[in-house]
Amino acid sequence: MTEFVRNQWYVAAYGTEIGRALFARTILGEPIVFYRTEAGEVVALADRCVHRRYPLSESRLEGDRVICGYHGFTYDTLGTCVSVPGQKRIPRTARVPAYKVVEQDSFVWVWIGDPDRAEATPIPRAPWLDDEAYTVVCGMEPLAARYDLLVDNLLDLSHETYLHGGYIGTPEVAETPITTEVDEAERVVYVSRHMADAACPPFYAESTGIRGRITRWQDIEYRPPCLYLLHSRIAPVGVLPNEDGTDPDAFHVEVVYAITPETEHSTHDFWAVARDFALGDDQVSAFLRENNRTVVLQDVVALDLLEKVVEQEADGYQELSVNIDTGGLAARRMLKAMAAEGRGQESATPTAAAGRGRS
Amino acid sequence: MTPAGNRPMLQGDGIVRIHWVLGTDQLRAVCHCGAERLFEDPVVLWEWVLDHPEGHRPGPAGGAGTGPAEHARHPRTPVPAGH
Repeated sequence: MTEFVRNQWYVAAYGTEIGRALFARTILGEPIVFYRTEAGEVVALADRCVHRRYPLSESRLEGDRVICGYHGFTYDTLGTCVSVPGQKRIPRTARVPAYKVVEQDSFVWVWIGDPDRAEATPIPRAPWLDDEAYTVVCGMEPLAARYDLLVDNLLDLSHETYLHGGYIGTPEVAETPITTEVDEAERVVYVSRHMADAACPPFYAESTGIRGRITRWQDIEYRPPCLYLLHSRIAPVGVLPNEDGTDPDAFHVEVVYAITPETEHSTHDFWAVARDFALGDDQVSAFLRENNRTVVLQDVVALDLLEKVVEQEADGYQELSVNIDTGGLAARRMLKAMAAEGRGQESATPTAAAGRGRS
Repeated sequence: MTPAGNRPMLQGDGIVRIHWVLGTDQLRAVCHCGAERLFEDPVVLWEWVLDHPEGHRPGPAGGAGTGPAEHARHPRTPVPAGH
């Protein structure tokens, strides 16, 4: 499997999930407790009391402080122990790690790694999720599979035709050639599939009202390790963007996934669908929420099954890659290089153009 | 009339592009240095891309099977998972 990529930002939760109740979530194998201060700031601390490892998430908040539910060790928002039961002296080592967090685009991002490297690492954007010009439905499904299986899944959408037929898949998806672009400096893998004349799957026919055939563009923008964007453009056949880049006659759906490893064998599968049409229409929102969740759960079933297969296979299993895997292979190489960087080592297997001189 | 194929989406001079050639099973790799080659196997293709600048000479790709000789000899075989 691809090892964890440390020293990166990860989506830990939707902002709406974090409130004045203690909230536990494991990210890259690190148990973390989240809460908001009385002023509304998100706090993230290691979810283990320094005393006897009791989960702080099973404790209680008093003001902005967490009081351990086992023996009462009390921590401030920086993870510093400020009270020990029955004694005045607080050991110097009595603190739990505090994590850097940023709220952006409706997500709570947490930095996993050396805190000193956080500020120099930009957090990728998904601005549609917090934009009045879009209506958003979203969710999160637990995946009992390693994160790289989800990366593989999302980088090759030809599987829509087979795994998601009747929802988002049509024959043209698997039949249309893709273009893969890799920008090593910006750390992005981009996979384009522009279908000039395609059937309109129910997911889009019902939500847009288009009944005929469509021009359908799928542009994947993967910013490893965590953020995956699918820019989806739907329009009647022949309707293209204007020369100046405006595109008033098309329907745009921004599908956002945050791929956050929980453990080596499980993943938080955050998904969101933002649209620039039928704004505020609850019926369309309910339809898209139900359908996209169904599609995500179809992937979950398949990937959970695949995880069991992969766990049981012998080392050195031989797999075959074909044209549709070009983007997935690029993503794998980039993740491998980033994992090596995250360990503070030189990349053992550079990605496309990584570490090479430009000619 | 609608255009066939995909238009370039990323901007910049460091972009590697892999085009699935319309109507064929071939992939055209275009390195950021301008070198182009046709391939039938994405794994072999990425090996060529990573070999830059070795074997990369700017210019359009030739016909089918014009990848570097050392790559053209590679049989189309499975590779270990995780590659």
